[in-house]
Amino acid sequence: MVNIAVLVKQVPDTNSKIQIAGDMVDLSTVKMDISPYDEFAVENALQHKESGGGTVTAITLGGAGADKVLKGVKALGVDNIVRLDADGYMDSNSLQSVLAEEISSGGYDVVYCGKSAADTGAGSTGPGIAERLGWSSVSNVTEISFDGGLTVTSPAEGGNAIIDVSLPAVVSCDKGSIKVRKSNVKGIMMAKRAQVDVKAVSPPASSVTIVSQVMPPAKPAGKKFEGGDAAQTVAQLLRDEANII
Amino acid sequence: MTETVVIAELSKGKISSTTNELVTAASKLGSNCTIVVPCTESSVANEASNIAGASKVIAAKSDVFANYDASAWAEAIDAVAPSGIIITAASAQSKDLAARLAARRSISVIQDVIEIEGTTLSTPIYSGKAIQNVSVSGNTAISVRANVFAPADNTGNCEVQVIDTTGNVATALKEMVQRASQRLDVSEANIIISGGRGMGTPANFSHLEEIADKLGAAVGASRAAVDTWDEIPHSMQVGQTGKTVNPNLYIAVGISGAIQHLAGMRSSKYIVAINKDADAPIFQHADYGIVATWEDALPVLSSSLSGLLG
Ligand SMILES: Cc1cc2nc3c(=O)[nH]c(=O)nc-3n(C[C@H](O)[C@H](O)[C@H](O)COP(=O)(O)OP(=O)(O)OC[C@H]3O[C@@H](n4cnc5c(N)ncnc54)[C@H](O)[C@@H]3O)c2cc1C
Ligand SMILES: Nc1ncnc2c1ncn2[C@@H]1O[C@H](COP(=O)(O)O)[C@@H](O)[C@H]1O
Repeated sequence: MVNIAVLVKQVPDTNSKIQIAGDMVDLSTVKMDISPYDEFAVENALQHKESGGGTVTAITLGGAGADKVLKGVKALGVDNIVRLDADGYMDSNSLQSVLAEEISSGGYDVVYCGKSAADTGAGSTGPGIAERLGWSSVSNVTEISFDGGLTVTSPAEGGNAIIDVSLPAVVSCDKGSIKVRKSNVKGIMMAKRAQVDVKAVSPPASSVTIVSQVMPPAKPAGKKFEGGDAAQTVAQLLRDEANII
Repeated sequence: MTETVVIAELSKGKISSTTNELVTAASKLGSNCTIVVPCTESSVANEASNIAGASKVIAAKSDVFANYDASAWAEAIDAVAPSGIIITAASAQSKDLAARLAARRSISVIQDVIEIEGTTLSTPIYSGKAIQNVSVSGNTAISVRANVFAPADNTGNCEVQVIDTTGNVATALKEMVQRASQRLDVSEANIIISGGRGMGTPANFSHLEEIADKLGAAVGASRAAVDTWDEIPHSMQVGQTGKTVNPNLYIAVGISGAIQHLAGMRSSKYIVAINKDADAPIFQHADYGIVATWEDALPVLSSSLSGLLG
């Protein structure tokens, strides 16, 4: 029986427009959803359980609004849902300390997470937690086969590395060839009634402070040409103006 | 005096010029820069001693550096690197290493830095839809995007110290599967030419490959192309659920420029778009836009490049 944890994070829907109010991003009107790569993490966690038995616990760190994401993965077949109650910015050190502590006390054998969250784009959490726990980790994993330990595929210079991983381990998940399952009505009804296990946390102080969030500098308007023959002009510009070729 | 520690970026067993860019980033953050070169043979590190602005090179020599194992690398590098601000490249592997090293030292990590202004670091958030400026107290680890900082030149000359080190390898490499084609991966390339659904059929990607070969470029794809055609593997996908790339030049052919595609390539230095629809959103982000079918534009581009490149 494997004790499996999967980390899921609530982020703005990737189709949403990001707006600034004052000098910070204003998410008050933005639709929130599970971070895209976390869907692959959840699917891998469920397949791991199905391959050999065990339980899957989904953990998020966030405010009450993040319960929606937990209910969403509960509907997919996750056994337990846990929310570490914290709102507002935490640097990687604070965030990982809190998550690592929860994983350590939960007695998990393996942790799945997304290769990067859609808001931070960082990809720090998986390897960072593994280091704190003294576990092995492989990041950007596209394929997994479960056979006691894990055999995973991850990109390496010039191709792919196929790596044997013994547990305990943290696996950060990229999109691969697996299809993620969809919830059905029964799952959704059951998830509605499910209780989120909300836990208080006491993160260490952040050493990083957000000074401001701004829109990316506007690009100067580009040059636009009509007709295929303009490709010659563009090639010349790439040499003379951009100094690239 | 703030100490900075640059972890050298290697490509095909050699110090890559990205390392020079990291030294430039280091010079904006502190005055004393040590370059740590993870290597199995210390001779590799000699090249780093020429990078102007470095005060010292440490050749961290260990068998563990033969293949990437995150925990062993972090342990072996941590043992020889002085304390200070750690600076790595923003390749997938080096970001992973930066996160490991930071956690090992209980410091924060800031990934994909694109600007350093005094003590303020800027990184893209929400896939580049906004920029976050942060300040840090104390030491930190940062990864720096390629093609952002000018590379330091190779006119320096500093001491190389060889230190044997080691770490516990926790994973076992079973097999390396080389890519069938010799073509670069999009995450390794400085020039990328990508095709979308507008290419019509997967076979038409050969027209992109022809240009890629002339430019030494990688071939990428939109998700619509990857999802529609089995011949176009997901490893080629650029965007929100594909790869984030930051090349000098990105050529988008038959790609509409959906927000999730832009998420993966909008920070490219130069963007060229070829699309038959003058209103395609990609043109709002293109430095050079060509309103034409690829059937009309690519042959002209190909022969012009042949002319220019000789
Ligand atoms: C959660 C999520 C994640 C996503 N992740 C990604 C991602 O990682 N990467 C990604 O790319 N997309 C992603 N998408 C999909 C994205 O929204 C778009 O659907 C996709 O990028 C469209 O691909 P396309 O531009 O090739 O196709 P289309 O939108 O169909 O555009 C084709 C373009 O080709 C042009 N064209 C047609 N014929 C020709 C011709 N002969 N010559 C020249 N031009 C021609 C047309 O004018 C059109 O602009 C994601 C979507 C979601 C919801
Ligand atoms: N607040 C959080 N709660 C739960 N999981 C998280 C949180 N932040 C990050 N993660 C997990 O770590 C992955 C990588 O996040 P990041 O390091 O921010 O790119 C995400 O895809 C999640 O799986």
